[in-house]
Amino acid sequence: MNDIKILGTGCAKCLAMTQVVEVVLNENNIEATVEKVEDIVKIMNFNVMSTPALVVNGTIAIKGKVPTKEEVLEVLNR
Amino acid sequence: MFGWLEQLADGLVYQVFKLDANDHLAEALHFFIYDSIKIILLLILVIFFMGLVNSFFPVERVKNYLTSHNLFGFEYLFASLFGVVTPFCSCSSVPLFIGFVRGGISLGVTFTFLITSPLVNEVAIGLFIGLFGIKTTLIYVSTGILLGTISGFILQKLKLESLLTPWVQDLMKEDRNLDNHFLPVKISFSKRLKSIFKEALIIIKGVLPFVIIGIAMGSFMHGYIPEGFFETYLQKDNWFAVPIATLLAVPMYSNASGMLPVLQVLVSKGVPLGTAIAFMMGVVGLSLPEAMLLKKVMSFKLIAIFFSVVSICIIISGYLFNIFL
Repeated sequence: MNDIKILGTGCAKCLAMTQVVEVVLNENNIEATVEKVEDIVKIMNFNVMSTPALVVNGTIAIKGKVPTKEEVLEVLNR
Repeated sequence: MFGWLEQLADGLVYQVFKLDANDHLAEALHFFIYDSIKIILLLILVIFFMGLVNSFFPVERVKNYLTSHNLFGFEYLFASLFGVVTPFCSCSSVPLFIGFVRGGISLGVTFTFLITSPLVNEVAIGLFIGLFGIKTTLIYVSTGILLGTISGFILQKLKLESLLTPWVQDLMKEDRNLDNHFLPVKISFSKRLKSIFKEALIIIKGVLPFVIIGIAMGSFMHGYIPEGFFETYLQKDNWFAVPIATLLAVPMYSNASGMLPVLQVLVSKGVPLGTAIAFMMGVVGLSLPEAMLLKKVMSFKLIAIFFSVVSICIIISGYLFNIFL
């Protein structure tokens, strides 16, 4: 079971990342808990400088851009 | 370089639509066809190129470079140059700000980055080349870089650290070498190019409506407003024009994409270029939504000082443009 967090204050790019992640999870039947972290103080605890960021099982995997489906899949499979 | 496009626009307006060359509508339509195609092509080129540069200068690397090198006072200039090639989403301004100051980068250098980055961005550069030519673009880019450098330097001298919100001050005292826990996805160069191109297309898609609306408004004004119309109100020797343009611009929120086509027409109808650019920089560089975001990390007083220093620099550069161009 993957623990996924999406860090972002709610701009267009952050929403786009959430969509990509949801599509990948559905298409590949991957089980995961998805949490959106929008509170800036909480986001800062992850020490990222550019949002949106994708955190998988406590590790920051992608930051500062909207990933492609392949990138998300690769992150989830490792 | 764009002769073929001129012919295409000529062909469409005069032969396909059979409009008379002296007609207002023909003039507006010709302007619209020629400008929108030219600008979209330039935007694709510039945004793709900047995306390529940016893939080698992500903000983390910029931060690491600035923290680990002694640049003997040139750190402001470097931060400004990095600001040009490193675009960030406006909602990233707070995390970026905190990342910089927590990394031990001085407040002034951080401000420099925050000022130049939105002011001189890839979309604005693409539009500038298309609308005003290479020379004006170079002046615009170097003015933006200088503006960021000088404002950051002044803000540093004002020693404003105590005006940051308390939680940011606490963060600054923390260990500066926090572990990142970042495990990037490894991708090949060809894959990287593909994703840069994709990203460029996403940016184009995002700004396209604004550009088209801007060009349409510009075309209308180009066709229907007589030459020299604004000269009466906004002459070069009207010293109030630049500050008024800047102060009007700050509360407005827009990106360069919709503004510039309109600006080009204003300039061709007699608005001095410096006044127009000061207006554009005010709209792009400072905005109320940005102030709302920065409220989380800065006291109201600091935001006011920040906005004032940048506004003054914009006004000065507006005057300089008017004097030298």
